[in-house]
Amino acid sequence: MPYPTDFKYTKEHEWIKADGKNATIGITDHAQGSLGDIVFVDLPKPGADINAGKTFGSVESVKAVSDLYAPASGTVTEVNGELATSPEKINKDAHASWMIKLTLKDPNELNGLLSAADYEKFVAEEGG
Amino acid sequence: MRYLPKSPADREAMLKAIGARSIDDLFAPIPAEYRLNRDLKVPRQMAESEIVDWFRERSRETADGYVNFLGAGAYYHYRPVIIDSLISRGEFLTAYTPYQAEISQGTLQSIFEFQSMICELTGMEVANASVYDGSTAAAEGVMMASRLTGRHSVAIARSVHPEYREVLATYAHHQGMPLVTVPFADSGRLDLKQLEKSITPDTACVLLQSPNFFGTIEDVVAIADIAHKHGALLVVSIAEAVSLGIIEPPRQADIIAMEAQSFGVPLGFGGPYCGVIATREQYVRQMPGRLVGQTADRNGKRGFVLTLATREQHIRREKATSNICTNQALIALMANIFMTIYGKVGLRELAKQNLAKAAYAAQQFGKHGKVLFSGAPRFNEFVVQTGEDPDAINSRLLEHKIVGGLPLKKFYPELGNAALWCCTEMTTRTAIDTAAGLVAGGERSVKSAKEPAVIQEVVR
Amino acid sequence: MKPTIRKATQHVNQNEGLIFEKSSPGKAAWKLPPLDVPEVDTAKLLGSSERKDLGNMPEVSEIEIIRHFTRLSTWNYAIDLGMYPLGSCTMKYNPRVNEVVSRLDGLANGHPYQPESVSQGALRILQTLSECLIEITGMDAITLQPAAGAHGELTGLLMVRAYHESKGAPRKKILIPDSAHGTNPATAAMVGYAVENLKSNASGMVDVAALASQMNEEVAALMLTNPNTLGVFEQEIHKIADIMHAKGGLLYMDGANMNALVGKVRPGDFGVDLMHLNLHKTFSTPHGGGGPGSGPVAIKKILEPFLPTPVVVTRPDGTLGFEYNRPQSVGRVRAFYGNFGMFVRALAYTLANGPDGLRQTTEDAVLNANYIRKGLEGVYDLPYSTPTMHEVVFSDKVQAKKGVKTMDIAKRLIDYGFHPYTTAFPLIVPGALMIEPTESEPKEELDLFIDAMKSIAEEVEEDPQMVLAAPHNTRVSRLDETAAARKPVLRWKPAQ
Repeated sequence: MPYPTDFKYTKEHEWIKADGKNATIGITDHAQGSLGDIVFVDLPKPGADINAGKTFGSVESVKAVSDLYAPASGTVTEVNGELATSPEKINKDAHASWMIKLTLKDPNELNGLLSAADYEKFVAEEGG
Repeated sequence: MRYLPKSPADREAMLKAIGARSIDDLFAPIPAEYRLNRDLKVPRQMAESEIVDWFRERSRETADGYVNFLGAGAYYHYRPVIIDSLISRGEFLTAYTPYQAEISQGTLQSIFEFQSMICELTGMEVANASVYDGSTAAAEGVMMASRLTGRHSVAIARSVHPEYREVLATYAHHQGMPLVTVPFADSGRLDLKQLEKSITPDTACVLLQSPNFFGTIEDVVAIADIAHKHGALLVVSIAEAVSLGIIEPPRQADIIAMEAQSFGVPLGFGGPYCGVIATREQYVRQMPGRLVGQTADRNGKRGFVLTLATREQHIRREKATSNICTNQALIALMANIFMTIYGKVGLRELAKQNLAKAAYAAQQFGKHGKVLFSGAPRFNEFVVQTGEDPDAINSRLLEHKIVGGLPLKKFYPELGNAALWCCTEMTTRTAIDTAAGLVAGGERSVKSAKEPAVIQEVVR
Repeated sequence: MKPTIRKATQHVNQNEGLIFEKSSPGKAAWKLPPLDVPEVDTAKLLGSSERKDLGNMPEVSEIEIIRHFTRLSTWNYAIDLGMYPLGSCTMKYNPRVNEVVSRLDGLANGHPYQPESVSQGALRILQTLSECLIEITGMDAITLQPAAGAHGELTGLLMVRAYHESKGAPRKKILIPDSAHGTNPATAAMVGYAVENLKSNASGMVDVAALASQMNEEVAALMLTNPNTLGVFEQEIHKIADIMHAKGGLLYMDGANMNALVGKVRPGDFGVDLMHLNLHKTFSTPHGGGGPGSGPVAIKKILEPFLPTPVVVTRPDGTLGFEYNRPQSVGRVRAFYGNFGMFVRALAYTLANGPDGLRQTTEDAVLNANYIRKGLEGVYDLPYSTPTMHEVVFSDKVQAKKGVKTMDIAKRLIDYGFHPYTTAFPLIVPGALMIEPTESEPKEELDLFIDAMKSIAEEVEEDPQMVLAAPHNTRVSRLDETAAARKPVLRWKPAQ
């Protein structure tokens, strides 16, 4: 699956799409593949502050839990309610299933993240 | 040794296949300095008949054939015989935890039925597959409330079982959870005014027991209002499960932490028992303990599996809802069968008999002692205050092979010469009359030793 | 090529629905004796507290209950039917005399609060079992209070904390090997300690150099399982203990694998300061479908003041009693005294064995595991060549090349009449197959197991789909766990 070039990526397999100070965050196709069938997503509430590199929630499959790490810092403005009832949407299309929207504290934080090409290379090497 | 299914020839053949000269080769990894070269100093091997004799002696030394008026968190109820017939089946007794669902449907379906019945009886939406006992269930319930609210302090009724409170103190100590004890009023119920004063914005929950340690039924509706008004949850502990047959369950509670021992589990000198946690559906992911869920197999056939396992230690490790691994499956099965035997009508009749026995006993004891907390309804336990020291009373009762009520001085010194008495459907009228008579004898002596009091005397 | 399965065949098996589906008003399985005291007016006595309705609780007859649970029981695998090769579970024979003696009237109906003068038998059981367990572990004292292994770990760490607090500061961390059971870190967190991971070396044992570098005055204890979850005895245990003790730390041992040690070596002799035992593993008390367990914690003298209350003592007149006045105790970890019914069973097991039986049991356990190791070497990948004791860990590396994982092999093993081994644990072995036969297995059962595993390995080569789609011969096929977790249905509800 091609990784959208307008996203930035983290080594913890999250993606972030920014438009000025507004950003959207989700997990990558690789992540959903390694987790297996997703059964539950634990996300923060609107108004919560998240910090780059720190956990902001978790995603569960039947046999595993993975923490979600914030690609950037900011305040949560919206949470994808659909994921509460249909977490399987992430398995179907991880890049279209956004988890949270936030107002970025500092858009420059994204400069340190991976591009689509770099992320694809990283995943290929990790798979090894 | 008769539990070991290998002959010397088998062992030899196996050692040969492995390529070892003797079994000692296989223990070579243990550094020589530590290897035991002596016998363990444990009793010599006994024949089965000797084992039975040894324990029979111990049984005789343990109030064998005595009548018992003790409750206080452990209740003597009749155990229908089919409970043991069924749980003794090797397929239940010697089965492992049902992680491999395809070959554990027996265990899994029973647990599903158990969870369902606990929900029916408690009025909650979900229940787990059991936890160690009522005391740890209460502690786990409180910690669950703390996780759900993000708050850390707990208001506990002093009328909660003292040992439950001790356990909570042990657990809470290391979780940074300050505990505030709220006194009981003259009615024996939680003092509502004191409760209001005790709740702060950091109160995660109020912990209540109903019927409480004194046997008194709490005003759950009022207490729930107070707790919820302040954003705190209500955790209700139930120690005498049979009460659910005739007493309205605490439907306003957010979490119920109960002890199911009364449902067909032997007193057994304190354990193993069966705790259960039940709660509202929205809180299920914060509930500790195993859960069984219904699902279907590849062919659409109904089946059951352990589910929501990601809450548990084997996956979350240090972030788990609790460190619990083992539950009380076999004991929960006893409770399951008990609840099934009595069912919708029987549980109510059973509870009514308990109520009647205790009411009669309270009346009899009340003729010579003072029955406390009579201003509020109670179930099958009551507190009697006497002139004579309850320890002395109990010594006298022991000579008649009667174990009297639990002296409360250790836990509630302000109640003076008070003891907690329990009557169940197993307590006969004769036993009650005898015990009351023996108590009365003591009271008359005590009274006559004092100045003539204003207390009414019953002349019979 | 269809394999010949020697151990099991299919059999006609009764269907059974949920008990609620059999319920009908008017059916009853109970009868109470007539009330010998006056009836009460419940409405008057209870007022608004009176419960009028027990909702959808079932109403069924006795024979229906007998059939219901008997039929359900036939859907379970059990030790009484055959081997459970589950690693670190020690699924050994549950002797029936244990069940008989626990049901003797005085013991079964003893109330925990009855006076000590009429509880001497129960107290003597507590004391005798304690003495046996102390001797077996090589420790100085013990608490029987914890309800299970994890509960024992909690109790142990509470004592560790209390000990360090008494020395000035509780310290901050617990070191836990990456091969450890999940209860270890979960417990450490409950006691307010941070968890620091300790890597294993190439032989699957504790990396002693790493331990030396990670050990400092912030570390309260190391939680070690020995033999570890690979079944390997930590041969440098002496160094490990010394490193801990040199900086004032304590060595906690998870006793889950005691079945490899009883009568051959004592943890107290190799430097362990405290440890828990699992009576439902090493000491034959029944698993009962998931519990009850019992997790006594044996300790060295230095921890004695911190034991949970109460403690069994011998009074001056020679009688036994409970001592509550223990100012430095960590408190209670549960009401009453512990899972007494399990003490009776564990003691009966110990008396049935005696010193010879206990030693022979351990030898047979280790012999059985090594026999399986030999039989399957070359068939399945053995990640560590270190000698194993009572359990052995293989991996699915070879079979994974054909797309078959440990879970699939485990499911196919069910068709051969066995319960699966432990899959996917310990975490340090990807695709693990963790096998512990215990001493209760005859050579015949072991040979059938080895046969089955060899046959499955062949199937992986010739017909992987057979393995991937297993089990084929069970009442239910693989169940949809994803649906169960996404939309949990946790109770029965009447059809609307």
